[in-house]
Amino acid sequence: MSKKLKRTRNRIVVALALFAVAYLVSHLCPLEEWLGGRAAAIWCEFGLFLIPYLIAGYDVLAKAVRNIGRGQIFDENLLMAIATLGAFALVLFPDAGPHMAEGAAVMLFYQVGELFQSYAVGKSRKSIADMMDIAPDFANVERDGVLVQIDPYEIAIGDEIVVIAGERVPLDGIVISGESQLDTSALTGEPIPRDVVEGDDVISGCVNMTGKLVVRVTKPFEQSTVSRILELVENAADKKAVTENFITRFARYYTPVVVGVAVLLAVIAPLFFGQSWSDWIQRGLIFLVVSCPCALVISIPLSFFGGIGGMSKLGILVKGSNYLEALADVNTVVFDKTGTLTDGSFNVIDVHPAEGFDEQRVLSLAAHAESYSNHPIAISVERAYGKSIDSEQIEDVREESGQGIRAMIDGRAVLVGNSRLMEDHGIAFKECKLIGTILHVSYDGAYAGHIVIADVLKPDSIDAIASLKGVGVKKAIMLTGDRDDVAAIVAKQLGVDSYRAQLMPQDKVAEVEELLEEERARSKKGKLAFVGDGINDAPVLMRADVGIAMGAMGSDAAIEAADVVLMDDKPSNIAKAIRVARSIMRIVWQNIIFAIGIKLLVLGLAAVGLANMWLAVFADVGVAILAILNAMRCMRLKG
Amino acid sequence: MRKSFKMQDLDCANCAAKMEREISGIEGVNSVSISFMAQKLIIDADAQRFDEIMDLAQKACSKYEPDCLILR
Repeated sequence: MSKKLKRTRNRIVVALALFAVAYLVSHLCPLEEWLGGRAAAIWCEFGLFLIPYLIAGYDVLAKAVRNIGRGQIFDENLLMAIATLGAFALVLFPDAGPHMAEGAAVMLFYQVGELFQSYAVGKSRKSIADMMDIAPDFANVERDGVLVQIDPYEIAIGDEIVVIAGERVPLDGIVISGESQLDTSALTGEPIPRDVVEGDDVISGCVNMTGKLVVRVTKPFEQSTVSRILELVENAADKKAVTENFITRFARYYTPVVVGVAVLLAVIAPLFFGQSWSDWIQRGLIFLVVSCPCALVISIPLSFFGGIGGMSKLGILVKGSNYLEALADVNTVVFDKTGTLTDGSFNVIDVHPAEGFDEQRVLSLAAHAESYSNHPIAISVERAYGKSIDSEQIEDVREESGQGIRAMIDGRAVLVGNSRLMEDHGIAFKECKLIGTILHVSYDGAYAGHIVIADVLKPDSIDAIASLKGVGVKKAIMLTGDRDDVAAIVAKQLGVDSYRAQLMPQDKVAEVEELLEEERARSKKGKLAFVGDGINDAPVLMRADVGIAMGAMGSDAAIEAADVVLMDDKPSNIAKAIRVARSIMRIVWQNIIFAIGIKLLVLGLAAVGLANMWLAVFADVGVAILAILNAMRCMRLKG
Repeated sequence: MRKSFKMQDLDCANCAAKMEREISGIEGVNSVSISFMAQKLIIDADAQRFDEIMDLAQKACSKYEPDCLILR
């Protein structure tokens, strides 16, 4: 609690105590007897309640006076001042009972509400700031054998920094010596630590848990992951949700309308129908108490702000409350296959040796023949072979364009490539029933067998599609540049509703535009999300209603182009993001309906004379407090 | 020119909305957004008259909340 808040709190406590005293005295003591008359007793009570009223509300009165001077008649301070002073002034009407206690209470509770708002808002601001406390203060650099702490801003690309166990990695880089475990939870929400060894990339913002690491910096501080994330979350405030703007507009009209009705109520019935002035003025005053839209105006941005903060803790960065809102309405999810649903790397998934050969032999031949190539397929074969390449054996490597490789190994001709290569050399090969890239191998004119290479699904991809269906997403669609037969198999495995294959990167934009139109035709509200890994799909990410980039730790392009950034590369987090976004929107709408509902109800009751000031205070302060408490749940949603 | 400023002592959400509306009416302001929660003012305005516009923006803020300062 800040100093300013504490002072206000103490003031309210004193005022509450004095109010209690005044209340007890006026109810328990026989004031009429003591002072010798009803009028004197009433004026005494008037004075008694005026003390706590002024202690609690002098600043409101001061602001009200100042705001009249500026011509702001719909200022909440002014309205509250009129409502409470009006309650006190009812004493002038002999036919109305005294309402001083109510006047003082309204001011007191109004201030309690204000205090609570400031406290709640301050608390959520602070907890978001703590959550975002991933920025490192210093980087260790070795100078003349000693470690010195340096401002990370001053470190350049190529510098070597030392990260000791327990410290945060200050800048993105590559480990050049040491091994350790990194806690990435502040960035990804993933509790399991990641092992890093020499040659691995490390991301700023992670905490080094066990060993000492020497890191060569690859990005200056301003472009490091941690700086980009902070920038992104801070700028999220810029993009407001439709709901937020709706509330702002509502608030703009709500107050003048309620005040207008209050004036009419207070005047019309007594003037034209000869009703009691005091009764109708009181109804007008009750309207003024309920005329502040505070509950809504505070709780809605609070929900979004807390929600965005809470999601970032789960490793889901949302770039604005408008995207959070759109995420909750997602009906169609379009995936890019490679790197999103699949690993994005080629892997040997099977080896089928021919008669007289074994798996290891086929792999060895292929790995040796391809050893000069750095094509992803060649690399996957080498990885599957897993042993060192004896380059002495290899001679005369020639590439047969578009078909494969011809080489001499141990003095025998070896062919590695597709079926055309085999046909051209008259080798009888066997077709493979598996889907993927098939690498046929022949040795000395005889067929040795083939290797099946394919991109494998991520472990939780199938689950991810199923859980999207679980949260009510109507369509999951996969786009890929891959061959149709490969895409068909993967689509079936995953359980997506449809797929489009053999797309060039520019085709994907057109495809998504078409799907967007379909979505619009189907429902007004439904949104389309595109999920990609951020490589090559920036235009599509921007075109979709919600662009979601995955596995974005360290990928600048993705962070730039996407609306929602998933820090780790688990596709199952998409359903989680949608679920949390929906929960937040549910809280937002609960608050809107609850606050507007109660206010309208109390206004209605007041108009027909069934509500008193106490009820009005509840409709104002009580509703605000309940709405704020509800909104604060957004920070702690777990999905 | 687009810039973002921290705001100090922005205590009332409704006032933030009123300030935002008033600032958007200042000549030379292309867009403005005040985030009550983040205590931030993000403004896109004519670069040549930027300082002058910011003075007017401060005046608009003070009108609703006298304590509220745009930290420049």
